[in-house]
Amino acid sequence: MFGYYLELAVRSLRRSPGLTALMILSIGFGVAASMTTYSVFRGLSGDPIPWKSSRLFMPQIDSWGPGDRFHDEPPDALDYADAMALMRQHRATRQSAIYPIGPSLMPTNTGRNRGPVELDGYAVYSEFFPMLDVPFHYGNGWSVDDDVSQLPVAVISDKLNQQVFGGGNSVGKTIDIDNHDYRIVGVMRDWNLQPRFFDIEGGYYSVDGPDVFLSFRHSVAINMINAGWDGCRKGASDPQGDFVGLQNSDCVWIAYMAELDDVAAVQRYRQYLDDYASEQQKAGRFRWAPNNRLRDVPAFLDHEHIVPSDTKVSLLVAQGLLIVCLVNTVGLLLAKFLRRSGEIAVRRALGASRKAIYAQFLTEAGVIGVGGGVLGLLFTVMGVFSVDQVLPASYAVLARIDPSLLLLTLLLAVTATLVAGVYPTYRASRVQPAWQLKAS
Amino acid sequence: MTVHPIVAALRRHKVAVLLIVLQIALTLAIVANAIFIIGQRIERMDRPTGADENGLIWILQGWPAAPAGDDAATIEQLDALQRTDLATLRSLPDVQDVAASTSIPLLSGYTTGDITLNADQKGLSVHAAYYYGDQHLRPTLGLQLIAGRDFDAGEIRHGRAHADSPVIIVSKPVADALFPNGDALGQTVYQDDGKPSTIVGIVERLQTPRRSESTWAFNSVLEPFRDDESWSGYVVRARPGRVQAAMREVRQALFAVNPMRLMPGPLGGIHAFTEMRARAYRSDRGMALLMSVICVILLSVTAAGIVGLTSFWVGQRTRQIGVRRALGARRIDIRRYFQIENLLIAGGGVVAGALFAFGLNAWLMTHYEMTRLPVCYVGIGVLAMLALGQAAVLVPARRASNVPPVVATRSV
Repeated sequence: MFGYYLELAVRSLRRSPGLTALMILSIGFGVAASMTTYSVFRGLSGDPIPWKSSRLFMPQIDSWGPGDRFHDEPPDALDYADAMALMRQHRATRQSAIYPIGPSLMPTNTGRNRGPVELDGYAVYSEFFPMLDVPFHYGNGWSVDDDVSQLPVAVISDKLNQQVFGGGNSVGKTIDIDNHDYRIVGVMRDWNLQPRFFDIEGGYYSVDGPDVFLSFRHSVAINMINAGWDGCRKGASDPQGDFVGLQNSDCVWIAYMAELDDVAAVQRYRQYLDDYASEQQKAGRFRWAPNNRLRDVPAFLDHEHIVPSDTKVSLLVAQGLLIVCLVNTVGLLLAKFLRRSGEIAVRRALGASRKAIYAQFLTEAGVIGVGGGVLGLLFTVMGVFSVDQVLPASYAVLARIDPSLLLLTLLLAVTATLVAGVYPTYRASRVQPAWQLKAS
Repeated sequence: MTVHPIVAALRRHKVAVLLIVLQIALTLAIVANAIFIIGQRIERMDRPTGADENGLIWILQGWPAAPAGDDAATIEQLDALQRTDLATLRSLPDVQDVAASTSIPLLSGYTTGDITLNADQKGLSVHAAYYYGDQHLRPTLGLQLIAGRDFDAGEIRHGRAHADSPVIIVSKPVADALFPNGDALGQTVYQDDGKPSTIVGIVERLQTPRRSESTWAFNSVLEPFRDDESWSGYVVRARPGRVQAAMREVRQALFAVNPMRLMPGPLGGIHAFTEMRARAYRSDRGMALLMSVICVILLSVTAAGIVGLTSFWVGQRTRQIGVRRALGARRIDIRRYFQIENLLIAGGGVVAGALFAFGLNAWLMTHYEMTRLPVCYVGIGVLAMLALGQAAVLVPARRASNVPPVVATRSV
């Protein structure tokens, strides 16, 4: 029967090509606008490390007190004193304090680069690499001993390895960063988690991954300044370029990450943070009750509102467009189906059940849906390819076309059109054969 | 013609009429808000920074091998590097003027602080962005000095920048906020460290380096201070029409003086200000473009929907139209009928749509950074939707008016 309905549908659609084209175009545009903006939203709001994000936590400690809370929230990052205390006490399975650095790669006589190059990097502890499952081409992260002895060790990106050494296994070679020699212990594979959740208030999105990782304790020891954001209390002066001053201040600038493997561990860590804050309160450093947070990565990103509001508003407006297109389709389908009241009456009089009428007209709606879907696919592909015209490059690269997006586009088009077809079909099935036949 | 028969006829198509009313209402709600967004973005993109933007070049560079700058001796070394660069730039043939500056409007890198009237920093306070630079900064940027004077060379200090200069130049919004009576010139104010500063000059307008929206977008302060860091910023005014040539000269000259320089990333390097403006407002331009595309699609879909549905009704009522014509109705009466019918439907749509528009705006305001939708946008939207409806109905209405009276006598 389905084949027969399909044939009927195609024949009926051919009879009014203008109306059919209008409906298909309308569905196509509506779906494409929604899916294009969705592809951007999906890219920007994605979980950077889905296999582990629920076990990675970013502790926040209220080191500023009630006067500086915004919506009752503690600051987003840690100050130096708290970060170091947490590292020393080492209560999570793995943990690392993190701050962004922007050192320079110095030119060498043998190297390929002629002038100095600024690097995008982070100062981290050894446990950072296993904690985030950083993939390595050669070598590995450094050891806990290297942390303690503040050794000048570096993990570099594949790109930097190509740039300086022309590729190959560079483990054990030295690299000149800010006029210090660093021993390379690992060369990463292409690694660019986005959003880059360990760079608070920084560029959460970047076309390229980080170039280099250096040891936190070594970086602090040689005064490699914080290249990222720092937040200070209202009225407190920002030490800015004064790195030692920053370490002694209560300005926050360090991202802290802890791996906690189960609910009990999370509970214990929460308790530990509160105990820590109480201790600080007793010691007189904090003059308020503990007000800490322990969010996992998705919750933290949500808290940070990293997806730009433009992206959300665009998605919303595009969904509004889709709804208007659907309302439009309902009206047109209703007109189209009811125009054929005579035909429906004849079919009903000849013994077709209401169910058969339903099947016939929903098939017709489905055909329009598929048509709209195909057109929507085309427009979506065009849309995603042209987002770089309207978005910064670091956002645009995240809007990708993949099978799931295409499937979703088609599915959305067909489902939406079928939903739009329900009421018109219901009306068609209610046509009274006797009355209609008599009238004509 | 009375409206009564039209309403009676519409009653027979309740659902279809409701659908088209809903469609018009939703279209109006979205279009009014989208046009509001477009208007806001265009306004933001068009606002002048206060600087004479054409011919302005921004240079941000670093010395990777530079001394640390944590003692007096190395600060002097850094200052010497910076003064050498400034002298080099000044000697170039296509450079008219040059100044040291830690920032420039729209750069996005900036420092801010609060200016108060008392040393204890209580009471009235005005948030502002600080530009640390030398005596050439005001003229090089081309800012309009409306009161007072420029810094003189003797007032320029150097070292690690702090907002504690004895003399400052402020932008008019800062002066007006602190001294509403307009007597800001010569007054003493207090900056972050509680040190007194005298306002020696007022400039008409100077945008802060911050790109995103803020209530203090034009609160700027010029501090007579050369900041000695391992990086430095310079503002260059090219000779008229020589921006590209000046940029080439600048690059060559700076690297000739010292090849160990960093000019990285999107913020660093040598940029014409016009290019910086385009980049700073790229996402605003993109949002305006996207909203425009969505508006065009929406209006087209709705117009096409009206054409489609009215055509269907015309087809359905061919016989009745014939009867009316046979009974003496003129073509214009038939056309009017459909036009008034559309006006009624669209009228219902825009009333609902105006409510939706404010509702959507209120929702956006609570969830995103959005301001209140002015009534005029909705008004324009209402008129546009009514006009769109009339334009869309014209073709089917004309077709209806062409139905000959003889149709009445034919059986179907």
